[in-house]
Amino acid sequence: MADTTLDTPAVTRKPRRIRWETIGDHFVLILGSLLMILPPLLALTTASHDAVTIHREGIQLGLGDDLGKNFNAAMFEKGGFTQTVDGTLMLMNSFILGIGFAVGKIIISMMAAYAIVYFRLRFATLAFWVIFTTLLLPLEVRILPSYEAIQKLGLTNTYTGLIVPLIASATGTFFFRQFFMSVPEELAEAARIDGAGPWKFFIDILVPLSRTMIAAIFIIMFVFGWNQYLWPTLITTDESFFTLVRGIKQIVLTYTDSQIPEHGQALALAIVAMIPPVAIVIFFQNWFVKGLTESDK
Amino acid sequence: MAQVSLEGIRKVYPNGFKAVQTTSFTIQDGEFVVLVGPSGCGKSTLLRMIAGLEDITEGTLKIGDRVVNDVDPADRDIAMVFQNYALYPHMTVRKNIGYGLKNRGTPASEIAAKVEDAAKMLNLTEYLDRKPAQLSGGQRQRVAMGRAVVRDPALFLFDEPLSNLDAKLRNQMRIEIKALQRRLGTTAVYVTHDQVEAMTMADRIIVLNAGRIEQIGTPSEIYHNPASTFVASFMGAPPMNLIEAEASDGQVRLNGYDGLMPAPQAVSGPVTMGVRPEDVELDENGSVSFQVDILEELGAHRLLHGTLADQPFTVMVGKDHSVHTGETRITLKHDALRLFDVETGKVL
Repeated sequence: MADTTLDTPAVTRKPRRIRWETIGDHFVLILGSLLMILPPLLALTTASHDAVTIHREGIQLGLGDDLGKNFNAAMFEKGGFTQTVDGTLMLMNSFILGIGFAVGKIIISMMAAYAIVYFRLRFATLAFWVIFTTLLLPLEVRILPSYEAIQKLGLTNTYTGLIVPLIASATGTFFFRQFFMSVPEELAEAARIDGAGPWKFFIDILVPLSRTMIAAIFIIMFVFGWNQYLWPTLITTDESFFTLVRGIKQIVLTYTDSQIPEHGQALALAIVAMIPPVAIVIFFQNWFVKGLTESDK
Repeated sequence: MAQVSLEGIRKVYPNGFKAVQTTSFTIQDGEFVVLVGPSGCGKSTLLRMIAGLEDITEGTLKIGDRVVNDVDPADRDIAMVFQNYALYPHMTVRKNIGYGLKNRGTPASEIAAKVEDAAKMLNLTEYLDRKPAQLSGGQRQRVAMGRAVVRDPALFLFDEPLSNLDAKLRNQMRIEIKALQRRLGTTAVYVTHDQVEAMTMADRIIVLNAGRIEQIGTPSEIYHNPASTFVASFMGAPPMNLIEAEASDGQVRLNGYDGLMPAPQAVSGPVTMGVRPEDVELDENGSVSFQVDILEELGAHRLLHGTLADQPFTVMVGKDHSVHTGETRITLKHDALRLFDVETGKVL
């Protein structure tokens, strides 16, 4: 008797409890997704209206008729003071910055980690910790001396000046160091006996082994470079070096004195600026997870 | 093919640890030498010094007629097989085997032919386009062998190559490696902690202990005439029985038993007497009493563990002997008894 009375409520209660949990989970997930997706969605709908409507009525929920026109104007109409910059140029600049950052950081940090892990340097550990502590000195802290140096070198308004000062990466060096340390030592020894010198071992063995790691770091660094705002604003005054992130603001600013700001175009540009990082993350997603969690050694 | 000679080789690590004490020996051309000893005895360090992966603190190392102390591993004309195989995970078997040749600038057609030959020799032909992760442990082991064989080096170095395999595969690979070395006639140095591998594969065994050579000899010499109590207890399974005894008047006495074996006249006082478990016979009229505590069934043999004059003692008998626990009488084969110094452990 006691058994049956205990059993029945357990049977009926169990599925209900699970359902509530599931609903709760989904509620949180949906809410989170909406929170993330609504702003870009609103930007898209608003970008489909003309400047006057946006200026008068604010954010638009429905789709308008000017989507194509606004995108076209944002991408191909020359703007700025000099009337020479269009969206395509800014998109290209953003790509140069993003890819230059990512590739440069990967090369530098891989080589630094290689030196620290595989060579009997006198102060290898010290060197590593010095590199690591630079995490405590982000660009914002050292922005004045950095600017001064670049300016004295005459590198303002150049891609070199944009990319090189930010290329050293403690994070990257750290990730690659941890990865290299987990590669069996015998692999290096086998390669040595097989006649591969340090350079060959790096190129033939270590780089291919780090593929997933490289992909993961590439994503992080590309997005980081793509989203740079402060440094490009300081170092480039020539409009032909403008990136998308800066261009958005420029569109709104330059038109204010005489006419209504082109909000539609600015929002269209913002959407264009969002697409590449999202695409790269989606494309490299599998590698990204693999690179940071497992490795096939 | 080459003779390898070590003259006064010594290894001291920067932290002061003396891994290998001054060591000299010569390995003949085409000989299969096994370095054996417990972990930390310096056998791997010795091998790595021959390979050039470890600096030599002192002494001269010659491969062939060439002093190679300061020669890069790549230029020593050696090939090494590692315990964890150290295959390049991102390369196919074909590329793994051919990598060493490629680095030496061998023409691609020649590499392809040599890799095919090596693969055929090792039954790897159908796996040439697989990656190491898609191979079983035994196949990976073969790829590692292939990588060594394909270069046709003067010297093979093996660093515990079989210890990652299961017992059955290990027995099989043991025979294959030995056969391959015979066929190629290449000098080989093989490091292991497994005395069975040492006994079965070696032309000559070098037993190491605490960075020092205990004994060099053929497997049979090492087994039957161990130079010290260390060798006696390390080589052979079960190990040699070592019993504390007393020598006087040219006789060895043991707690009530006189005249177990003749002792050199010069020796008197406590000695260690060694006898292999299989050199003991169960004998109703035997002169020695043996208290059997535990019986161990091994199929072909039985092991009787117990005490002889209150000291641990093991006897091995064939499967057709009837055995039981309790008191038994045994006879020790006189010619199989060995005497060791109690202090130094050296044979008398």
